[in-house]
Amino acid sequence: MRVALFLTCVNDTLYPDTGRAVVKLLTRLGVEVDFPMAQTCCGQAHYNTGYRHEAEPLARHFSDVFGEYEAIVTPSGSCGAMIRELYPRMGERARAEGRGDTLAAVLAPVVPKTYELTEFLVDVLGVTDVGACYPHKVTYHPTCHGLRGLGLGDRPRRLLQAVEGLELVELPGAEECCGFGGTFALKNADVSAAMGADKVRNAESTGAEVLCAADNSCLMHIGGTMTRLAVGMRPVHIAEILASTEEETAV
Amino acid sequence: MSRTFVGMPVFPPPTHPAFPEAARDAVHNHTLRSNLRHATHTIRAKRARAVAELSDWDRLREAGRLIKDHTLRHLDRYLVQLEESVTAAGGTVHWAVDAAEANRIVAELVKATGESEVVKVKSMATQEIGLNEALLEEGIRAYETDLAELIVQLGNDRPSHILVPAIHRNRGEIRDIFRTEMGAWGRPAPDGLTDTPAELAEAARLHLREKFLRAKVGISGANFMVAETGTLVVVESEGNGRMCLTLPETLISVVGIEKTVPTWQDLEVFLQTLPRSSTAERMNPYTSMWTGTTDEDGPRAFHLVLLDNGRTDALADQVGRQALRCIRCSACLNVCPVYERAGGHAYGSVYPGPIGAILSPQLRGTASEIDASLPYASSLCGACYEVCPVAIDIPEVLVHLRERVVEGGVAVRQGNKVVLKPAKGHAAERAAMRAARWAFSHPGALRTGQRLASRTRRLHPRTLPGPGRAWSATRDLPAAPAEPFRDWWQRTRGGKDGAK
Ligand code: SF4
Repeated sequence: MRVALFLTCVNDTLYPDTGRAVVKLLTRLGVEVDFPMAQTCCGQAHYNTGYRHEAEPLARHFSDVFGEYEAIVTPSGSCGAMIRELYPRMGERARAEGRGDTLAAVLAPVVPKTYELTEFLVDVLGVTDVGACYPHKVTYHPTCHGLRGLGLGDRPRRLLQAVEGLELVELPGAEECCGFGGTFALKNADVSAAMGADKVRNAESTGAEVLCAADNSCLMHIGGTMTRLAVGMRPVHIAEILASTEEETAV
Repeated sequence: MSRTFVGMPVFPPPTHPAFPEAARDAVHNHTLRSNLRHATHTIRAKRARAVAELSDWDRLREAGRLIKDHTLRHLDRYLVQLEESVTAAGGTVHWAVDAAEANRIVAELVKATGESEVVKVKSMATQEIGLNEALLEEGIRAYETDLAELIVQLGNDRPSHILVPAIHRNRGEIRDIFRTEMGAWGRPAPDGLTDTPAELAEAARLHLREKFLRAKVGISGANFMVAETGTLVVVESEGNGRMCLTLPETLISVVGIEKTVPTWQDLEVFLQTLPRSSTAERMNPYTSMWTGTTDEDGPRAFHLVLLDNGRTDALADQVGRQALRCIRCSACLNVCPVYERAGGHAYGSVYPGPIGAILSPQLRGTASEIDASLPYASSLCGACYEVCPVAIDIPEVLVHLRERVVEGGVAVRQGNKVVLKPAKGHAAERAAMRAARWAFSHPGALRTGQRLASRTRRLHPRTLPGPGRAWSATRDLPAAPAEPFRDWWQRTRGGKDGAK
C-alpha cells in the first residue's frame, strides 16, 4: 500500500523526529510511504482564527498535492480533523455564498482518505501491536480534536498498551483541554497558561516520565509549560513511541 | 432605604474590557478559581451520570435539535398561533422589538396595577433587558426570589452563571451578605446566622415569604411556550418560582421568542433533557405550567411580553441561528475549561460561558470590545458541543463569528441587512495570516524560511519580544531542529539512502 505522509507544517518545521518516526514505523509495517515535497499546511490556523477565505487556497493546494494517493496519513489529530470535518464545511460555506460547488468538488477526494496515524494503524492496517518497545512509564493525553473531533476513542491507548516495556498510567482529567487552542494560546494567554499548568500538574501526579499525545502542537504547549515549571517530565509524540524498538529505543 | 442598586445592571457596561483583560483577575484569584473548580467539576460529574442513565440520550438530543430547528424555521407561524392561544385563554400578548420597548411595556403594566413592588421568578430574559433597573427608574422595586439571584441582588453583585448565578460565592461569603444586607431589603437575617446550608436556606425562606405574601404583581420568564395551547412552562428547583406564579394577582412573563415549541408532545423531549443537563436531576422538583387565566385560581391577569431583542437578526444568520436552540441548561458552562478559569463576569453579559460567547455577539453585534473578543474566548476544545442537549455546534459558531470580526461581511441588524467592516485591531494579524498563506502556497518560500530558522537556531532567544511574549511569559519555546523534515527526506528519501 502506497500512502502519502502529510506531516503538517508544524512537524515539518519544528518536529522532524516525529516525521522520521512515522516513516520508520510505517515502513516497518510494510507500508510504502511517500512525502510529497509540495505539501505545506492544511489551513487550520487560518480557518480557526476566522480567515476562512485565506484557508481556501491552502485547502485547494492540499487537495492538488494529495488527491492522487490511496491514503493520506497525518500524525496530528487537529490537522486530520481540519481535513475530514472542516474541508466539507468550507465547501458548504462557499456554496452558501453563491460560489457554486467547485470548492466542495475540489476538496471532496481527500476527505475520506485522510487518516490520523493511530486511526490508520488500527482501522486500515488492523494492528494494535506494532512491535514496539519503550521501557518507560507513560501517561496519555487525548487531544481535543482527536478525541471529540475525529473520535479516536481508545485507539491510541490500545496501541500504547501493546508496546513492550511500556507502563501506561491514567492521566486525571485526561479529556480536559490542555489550553493550547492555536491562536488562543496567544490571544488568551492567561487562561491558556492556567489550563496548561493544570494539565501539567495532573500529569506530574501520575509519576510518569513521559506525557504522550498524538499532536505536537498541544505537546509544544504542554512541554513548554513543563520546562518552565521545572517538572521532570518530557512530552513525546505517540509516533516516536510506536517507532521505538528494542534495537533502536527512543528516549 | 438609601441603596439604589437593584441587582442586575444592563450589560455590558459601556466600557467593559475585552475578554482577556476581563479574565485576568479571575485567573489569578485563587479563591474564585477553587470555588468555580469545585462547583463545576461536581455538577459536571453528576450530569454525566444522569445522562448515562438514558440509553436513548443521543436520540433525545437529536429530537431536541430537530424540534427547535423546525420551530425556528416556522417561527412566524408559531408565534401567531401562540398569540391566538394565549389570547383565547384569557391572557394578553405584547410584542417587544428590543429591551427598551419590553421594559416600557412591563413598567406600564405594573403602574396600571397601582403597585410599586414586584416579586420575580429567576429569568434570563429580564436580566438581559435590565428590567430591574428600568423598573426602579419608574419607582418600582423588583425583588429577586430565586435563592442564588437573591444572593446576587443583596450582594450588589452580578450573576456569573446561568443556573447558579452566585456560583462564584462560597458559604461564608453568602452568610456575610445575608447578615449585612438583608435588613435593608426586608426581614433581616436571624441573629447568629451560621454558614450551614440549612440555616442559610431558612434565613432566605423567612425573608422571601414576607415578600410572596405581600406582592400583588409577579414577573417571570419561561422555559417553554407551547403554541398549540398557549401554555407557559417554568422549570425550577426551589418552588419560589411557583409562589410568584400563583400568589400575585397579576403575572407578567417576559419571554424570548425562541422559547416557543409547537405542541405539548414536544415538551416531552425537553423535560427529559433539561433537568439532566442542568441540575443532573432526572426530573426537576417544580414544573409550573399555566394557560392564560383561570377563574378562582392563580393570577387574575396574565400578560405575555414576547421579546425579540436581536433574535430575528440571529435567525437570519445561517450558521449563527443554531444558538437560538439553546434551552439555557448551562451544561456547556460547567464543562468549559475557559469558563472554569475566567469565571462568568469576564464574559460581560448575563449569558456567560460558551453559549454567551456565541449569543452575546449575535444579540448585541460585534462592535464593542467585549463582543468582538468573545468569539475568541475558547480553545475550540469542543466539550460544550459534546454535552449540549440540543446539539449546538458552539465551536462552529465561534469560528463563524471570528470570521465576522476579522473579515466583516453581511449581517442583519435590527432587521436590516448591513455590511460590517472588519473589526479594528486585527491588521497585524491579518497581514501575518496573508503572509503565511502566501508562504504556504509557495513551498519553496516555506522551505527557505524553515532553513533560515534551522540555521539560525543557536541565535534564537528563549523569550520573545512583542506579541510573542504572550507565549514565552509562561512557556518555553521549542528549539528549532538542525534541519526541517523535508530536507532530511530529500537527502535520504526517507532513510533509504542510509542516513537516519
Ligand atoms: S448552549 Fe446547549 S449546553 Fe449551553 S446552555 Fe444552551 S442548551 Fe445548554
